[in-house]
Amino acid sequence: MLRSFTLAALAVTAGAWACAANAQDIVKIPGVLELSGAGAISGTNYRDGFLLALDDINAAGGVLGKKLALETADTASDPGKARAAVQRALDDKPVMILGPVFSGSVNATLPMTNEAQVPQIIGGEAANITSQGSKYIFRTSFGQNVSMPKIANYLRDGAKAKNVAIIYVNNDFGKGGRNAIIKELETRGIKVAADISIEAGQADFAADVVKVKGSGADAIFVYVNEEESARFLIEARKQGVDKPLIGETTLLGQKVIDLAKEAANGVKGHVGLTIDAPVPAVADYAKRFEAKYKYKSDHNGMKGYIAAYFFKTAAEKVGKFDPVAIAAAMHGLTITPDKVPGILIEASWDETGEIDRVSYLAEIKDGKQVITETLPKLKP
Amino acid sequence: MNRNLKIIFGLVLVLVFIAGPADLTGLGIPWPGLKRYGTYILTLWLVTAVAAMGVNLIVGYAGQETLAQAAFLGIGAFTTALLQKAGVPFGLNFLASGVICFIVGIALGFPALRVQKHYLAFVTLAFSVFVWLLIRNEEWLTGGVNGIKDIRRPILLGISLRPALYYYWLVLALTAVLTAAMWWLLRSPWGRAFTALRENAIRAESLGIDVRGYTLMAFAIGSAYAGFAGAMYAPLVEFIDPSPFALGASLQFLLMVVAGGAGSFVGPFVGAVVAVLLPEWLRFAEGYYLIIFAIIVMLLMAFCPTGIVGLFARLTTKARRPHADDKGPSLGGPNLGGDPTAAATTVAGANS
Amino acid sequence: MNDFIQLIIAGLATGSIYALAAVGFTLLWQTSQTINFAQGEFVMLPAFFALAGMKFFGLPFPIAAIAAILLSMLTLGVLFKTVVVDPLHKQGTLPLVISTIGLAILLREGVKEFYSAEAQRFPSFFPNINIGTSAANGGSGFNVSADQIGVLIVATATILLLSWFLASTKTGRQMQATAQNPTVARILGVNVERMVMYTFLINGALAAIASLLISPIYLAKFSSGETLGLVAFVAAIVGGFNQVRGAIVGGFLVGIIDNLVAAYISTSYRQAVPLALLVMIILLRPQGLLGRAEERAV
Repeated sequence: MLRSFTLAALAVTAGAWACAANAQDIVKIPGVLELSGAGAISGTNYRDGFLLALDDINAAGGVLGKKLALETADTASDPGKARAAVQRALDDKPVMILGPVFSGSVNATLPMTNEAQVPQIIGGEAANITSQGSKYIFRTSFGQNVSMPKIANYLRDGAKAKNVAIIYVNNDFGKGGRNAIIKELETRGIKVAADISIEAGQADFAADVVKVKGSGADAIFVYVNEEESARFLIEARKQGVDKPLIGETTLLGQKVIDLAKEAANGVKGHVGLTIDAPVPAVADYAKRFEAKYKYKSDHNGMKGYIAAYFFKTAAEKVGKFDPVAIAAAMHGLTITPDKVPGILIEASWDETGEIDRVSYLAEIKDGKQVITETLPKLKP
Repeated sequence: MNRNLKIIFGLVLVLVFIAGPADLTGLGIPWPGLKRYGTYILTLWLVTAVAAMGVNLIVGYAGQETLAQAAFLGIGAFTTALLQKAGVPFGLNFLASGVICFIVGIALGFPALRVQKHYLAFVTLAFSVFVWLLIRNEEWLTGGVNGIKDIRRPILLGISLRPALYYYWLVLALTAVLTAAMWWLLRSPWGRAFTALRENAIRAESLGIDVRGYTLMAFAIGSAYAGFAGAMYAPLVEFIDPSPFALGASLQFLLMVVAGGAGSFVGPFVGAVVAVLLPEWLRFAEGYYLIIFAIIVMLLMAFCPTGIVGLFARLTTKARRPHADDKGPSLGGPNLGGDPTAAATTVAGANS
Repeated sequence: MNDFIQLIIAGLATGSIYALAAVGFTLLWQTSQTINFAQGEFVMLPAFFALAGMKFFGLPFPIAAIAAILLSMLTLGVLFKTVVVDPLHKQGTLPLVISTIGLAILLREGVKEFYSAEAQRFPSFFPNINIGTSAANGGSGFNVSADQIGVLIVATATILLLSWFLASTKTGRQMQATAQNPTVARILGVNVERMVMYTFLINGALAAIASLLISPIYLAKFSSGETLGLVAFVAAIVGGFNQVRGAIVGGFLVGIIDNLVAAYISTSYRQAVPLALLVMIILLRPQGLLGRAEERAV
């Protein structure tokens, strides 16, 4: 028995010891990402977008004379595993941490990067991420605190809705969005006709659509992940739902269009970031991404791509790989495409790490996302 | 191995566990210790092993199946987190987590054990999903999908156990106590009843052992171990949300115990290595690590259903006795089956 | 009322697919004491066989679908039995349970790594058109789509065919004898080994049919087996775990209850209700809804 114990003990110590050595002229950037589990699509896009940017940056001589390399760790879309992975990454004193994308994992890890004073460039959109006082957290897309007011305006002015049914996915992303939109709807005098949660991975939407139809809503706001969006749209069309279906970024995404096909036609909403943006640099990005990875990038791909140029610009402004100074330089930074083409669209970061940039109102017509209006930056 | 050698061996082992992750360069020993992540993983291994010990009692000794260990872990973790937020000190949280899981275990096991074999497994499966849904939906209590943040590590005699190494020592001490308690339990007359039970339930019953009572106690104590593990897990991770307590995690506990060696005392510790450390070692395989993990588990089950401990015992016996018959050593293997014929062979083997 | 009928029909359609999976699950348990924790993955995988057939070999969909059924019978039937179950059968139930948990991970991750991590559109045999009354005026329509009815018909026909086979053919009755008592069956001259193999083949075919029916609605995705497996398991237990008829009823019941609960009680607790039913049945009627007392219990 003692023998087995020793064996186990030796094995444990040996395993915990496995740590990577640092090469001299390569700067390693840990990526703590959702490569499996519910967030696999988002995490993979975010990673590939970042890698695409790294290739270009390295081919052009890197940052401050050094090449960048991404070292990924899979969170399996689990906040506990994300914490462990960030802990592991922080032990090697990195210059920044990329990810995670899921808000729950971001919330679980941001106190650690704040304490270690390492900038963390995330994909999470929950409203509360930037309100916790971390000086080291940076978004690459709008938080729900920014996007939901825009959607609520659209519901009031564009869809002229008085009663809105809300469908949200019962996870941190969906719940956060639901809480934010309900607040915004109330201040605009719009009633919530139905408040329906669905499960991540849910397949049968017959009952949910029946509920929506019976609610008397004159518009339906759908805030769920890609696959559930597609299944919901298919079921809604099947049951002949004729009220406008409104979404935020995800619902109008390429993946949803691919999966739902004609059922996606007519969907409208607000899009924070899209490869269909009427900007040549974005179209060029989308083409290169697809050529390299053999699938179409979604907004998370663009977020990863922008994250790389955001870091590069801040690091070059500081002139050295000092995480504290880089984070300080990131606050209040505005990056324009004429100086840094890789940023694609002009973007600014404020003191809380919130991003500001133009966004779009869009509609799906004949299986394609069509931009109908460009909304200006909040603080131009 | 003679007795003195065993004691020395044991002492060395204890030293390795205490000092292993610490930085010893200050003492003149060229050993830099583990980084925070290494210490974290080591602590997680201990916590996992405690919960797995509970599964081992239920599965390996009492011959039942539980699919709710992660749910009990969750109950323990949330009990500790919530009590801490209410200002209760860690010691009481720790006890409360175990006691609550014990009571829930009795309440759950009592009706389920009334009916036949496998039904405890079904009831625990349902229970697992209920608990997960409660944790996720009852936002007022558990924080829902956002979980509970900033769970503090305890302060002991004025020293904050916030540093990874200090907290590791606390978990190590608690694990040692729980391991000793389990050891004592299994060696006590009360515990010996289990051995009689798993070898032949019908004969045990005819000898006047209250089979149902013992099985129920085993289930409740096993579940309480998950509660204790949960109480250590919450301050370790400092953040809890519903995902680690889902049904899949309960299946993993069952898997690690059987893979480690159900019914063997060190089985849970070895099993926890498989669950916590194997993924670290398979990191090189990136996306393929789960595929490799699955294949290893399936091969192990096919060639050595007594788990890694059984495999190890078989190898050392063979090495020591090269001319021994090829019948594996009698591990007092548990009756793992629902199949009465399999049970009969095990019993016959044990009696021979 | 229209909504109610609509929900019942939707529930029956998905329930019929659950029933297919649950029947296979029960058959394996009956004849070989295999609790197959990979049953959900068995339903996930055949859709990818068909997709791969279309993508890599350019097969038209109907041919790819038939190929998927045959390949499933070979891999999920023959290979599963000979490679996974047979070596473990002597060891009792638990190591086999663990092995099927491992198999579930293997199939899931295998599809993810070697095919795609993303959900895939899957073609349907039936047109997605509304054959109910008009539904255009928000809420009071009565909608039934052709594919729902198609799914229901194919699944029910499969189940009826299987029931007929088990009850009325010589092989079917031999299989039932094997399920009830292999020792007696062997004495009576039944080739038990062959009968067990037949159940594995049938399970492979049932899983493939369920897969082809469910994937157009659910989309084909590597992770969809987790939910499906749980549902099949619950349906099988609700039905008694030792009776094919019970599994059929269990499947339909779970499908309908899920829809009604989501529509009228709570969406966030919809998963809990079939499980509550399961617990109640275990406590009040441990032999299952239609089951008999377990004849093989010690």
